[in-house]
Amino acid sequence: MTRYLLKRLGGAVLVLLVLSVAIYALFYLAPGDPARLACGDRCSTQQVEQVRRQLGLDESVYAQYAHFLQGIVTGRDYSTGTAVLHCDAPCLGFSYQTDQQVTALILDRLPATVSLAVGAMVIWLAVGVGTGLLSALRRGGITERALTLLTLAGTGTPVFILGLLLLMVVCAYLQWLPFPTYVPLTEDPEQWAWNMLLPWLTLGFFESAKYARLTRSSTLETLAEDHIRTFRAYGVGERAVVGRHALRGAVPPVIALSALDFGTVMGGAVITESLFNIPGIGKTLIDGVREIDLPVVVGVVLVIGAAVVLANVVADLLYAAADRRVVLH
Amino acid sequence: MEVDGLTVDFALGEETVRAVDRLSFSLAAGRAIGLVGESGSGKSTVAGALLGLHRGTGARVGGTVRVNGTDVGTASDRELRALRGAVAAMVFQDPLSSLDPYYAVGDQIAEVYRVHTAATRRAARARAVEVLDRVGIPDAARRADARPHEFSGGMRQRALIAMALACEPRLLIADEPTTALDVTVQAQILDLLHDLRHETGMGLLLVTHDVGVAAESVDEVLVMRHGREVERGPVAEVLGAPRETYTRALLSAVPRVDGPVVRGSGGTAETSEAPGRASDGAPAVGDVLIEAVDLRREFRRGRRTVSAVDGVSLTVGAGETLGIVGESGSGKTTLGRMLVRLLDPTEGRLRYRGTEIGAAPEKQLRPFRRELQMIFQDPVSSLNPRRSVGESVADPLRAAGVLDEDRVVGRVRELLERVGLDPDRYDRYPHEFSGGQRQRVGIARALAAEPRLIVCDEPVSALDVTTQAQVTALLAELQRELGLALVFIAHDLAVVRQVSDRVAVMRHGRIVEQGTVEEVYGAPSDPYTRQLLAAVPALDPVLAAERRAARKTLPPVAEKVTAA
Repeated sequence: MTRYLLKRLGGAVLVLLVLSVAIYALFYLAPGDPARLACGDRCSTQQVEQVRRQLGLDESVYAQYAHFLQGIVTGRDYSTGTAVLHCDAPCLGFSYQTDQQVTALILDRLPATVSLAVGAMVIWLAVGVGTGLLSALRRGGITERALTLLTLAGTGTPVFILGLLLLMVVCAYLQWLPFPTYVPLTEDPEQWAWNMLLPWLTLGFFESAKYARLTRSSTLETLAEDHIRTFRAYGVGERAVVGRHALRGAVPPVIALSALDFGTVMGGAVITESLFNIPGIGKTLIDGVREIDLPVVVGVVLVIGAAVVLANVVADLLYAAADRRVVLH
Repeated sequence: MEVDGLTVDFALGEETVRAVDRLSFSLAAGRAIGLVGESGSGKSTVAGALLGLHRGTGARVGGTVRVNGTDVGTASDRELRALRGAVAAMVFQDPLSSLDPYYAVGDQIAEVYRVHTAATRRAARARAVEVLDRVGIPDAARRADARPHEFSGGMRQRALIAMALACEPRLLIADEPTTALDVTVQAQILDLLHDLRHETGMGLLLVTHDVGVAAESVDEVLVMRHGREVERGPVAEVLGAPRETYTRALLSAVPRVDGPVVRGSGGTAETSEAPGRASDGAPAVGDVLIEAVDLRREFRRGRRTVSAVDGVSLTVGAGETLGIVGESGSGKTTLGRMLVRLLDPTEGRLRYRGTEIGAAPEKQLRPFRRELQMIFQDPVSSLNPRRSVGESVADPLRAAGVLDEDRVVGRVRELLERVGLDPDRYDRYPHEFSGGQRQRVGIARALAAEPRLIVCDEPVSALDVTTQAQVTALLAELQRELGLALVFIAHDLAVVRQVSDRVAVMRHGRIVEQGTVEEVYGAPSDPYTRQLLAAVPALDPVLAAERRAARKTLPPVAEKVTAA
């Protein structure tokens, strides 16, 4: 077990290194001058050069990358010309555009994304597993056909269409809810929940279609297994057969996929975040790319990468915990 | 238990298939009846019908089934559930898949016990340990916490029997309870069932394809075919003096470890003198064709190294059959694959017609590949389901690249005809053939390359006895005609005896005994061989009872505690 974790940790570090190198490479291959962009349109060439020096962009790419790595491990100092700013480890640098510390920026944006991901996951697990199970147990009936149609529609509808529809109907037409703005949980839990409701529903419904299909097929598969027949042949009631034995076999793949999707949503819910104006990680990334803000982009990508790698490990661990035949090594 | 005019129909698309046709029999308390038949005879369907397991599956059940006074056909779901497990309990064929992999064995037994009694959780758990102990699970209190995959095959079957015993049923239904097990473990399980029946006075319905298993365990036999009764009567009568032709055919197809050897052909070294290919420099019959010296093969399992084959030396002469018997995990398949170099030996020498091929690189091996062929156990998975059988047989011919397209097709048709298939079925796909026919396709494919040696790995173990007899007869006939050398690998001692000139007995990767059929079966020198032979079910019930008594005096065969 420890060996497995160490191995995965080593792998994770490698993945993150490769990610950061790739982004540095992309950044320097892409057109655009971050120093001019940071300085503004009316800067003279001289001023731009000064900004370039301040940002460290006058150094070679290799030196910049080495400093970046050093910053993560030991922290680093920045000179603004008049003063020296210290940035503690793990330092991901300063934003070219806002001079904010990237580490602080990410920590500031993370709660919104986590809020979105957790809420959406609750919905996709409840709705997806529920409908999947129902359609497996009502196999061949009208319920199953209706649910199949619904899940098919769910998979086929892009998330921005679903989100826009919800906004139009709930906020504009019925006016049940105001247009959502993000309120941090720590400030006002009730407002937080009301404002997150639509984003949760949008992302949750979209994902739950996939979970309904997975749950349905894995339940049907387990129900067809020999050990289910054994318990029926021993007079165990249908409720216990399904609840104790069929579900037990059907749930592990659902849990494992959930962990993976949670990791993806952490970094990839860009559309949902933009649509509902949630100041999360995904939105930060898009802004950073538009403004050629290398430290922000690298920092956010590393966090997303770490989240995905971590989610994979968690998925493996959950699977091993659910099924004792699985040995991790 | 009483069954009267039982009929079961399955709807298969538009058609209806009658699986069981007007079957009637009864079983008094404490007695045992065996349902014997080949695959598809409907015997397992009958077993399911006794517990009303077809309810809600779309099968139409006619006639009446009464178990301990309950009419299974008209009972309410509630009454049926009360019957299942408590009055009549079933033991299934495959003990691994028949237990829930996610729960401890003891918990599963306790769950069933609590369904039928008002026992507390703790009392149910104690009962589970008690019955596990009764069926001979060592250290039952601790082993009750284990998951099914931590048990060996034999122990899993014991655990299933323990589950059946938990509520002290009046009737035990055992559906092929020993088919997945090795012969020594099979004997232990049959002995256990026998003892339990005498101890508790419950009735036993045993469903099996193996006449020997039935002879060991029941008072009365019902032979089934195509869902109908063929013959029914006391076991000694039906097996000793069968009235029906089908029963006689079934019995004569069963290979035996005693009595005279009835060869499909008598294709021994002496009778097959001048093989057709002697002219092209083939070795004469009896010359050593392949020789293995101290062959070893290791597999790495994590940090451990396991020797699957651990220093095996043997020779196979041209035109002779070497049988290799052993229980599962003895290394016989690994050995067979090394002989044709599908697996590379870790150590040791392998000499084929005077050339060392044990470590030869693929390039040097090329000319020998054609001469060393293999037939596999599972004729379903060893044929590509998306290619017609003709194409499958043509593959080795095309690989050789000697014949042009027309002649390849011609040759394939010839081969299909040779193994007893209609050459016009060239374009048919494997699923359109029966098990025996598929194995014939596998044989035709092996023959296509014109081999000198064929390693047959459990070629008939997936087949019914009558088909088994036909396929072994075909192999013997081909051997005589073409002067082939065969290595016949099987777990079934009787089949090996029937087809082999010489026999090697394997255990834990080594050959414990090697000799002619007469030596090994007539006067076995190794204690393990003696144990194996003692475990083979006898067809004669009187002899079976003697054997059962004798087995009790033999030291028990150590059973592996955990499966891999």
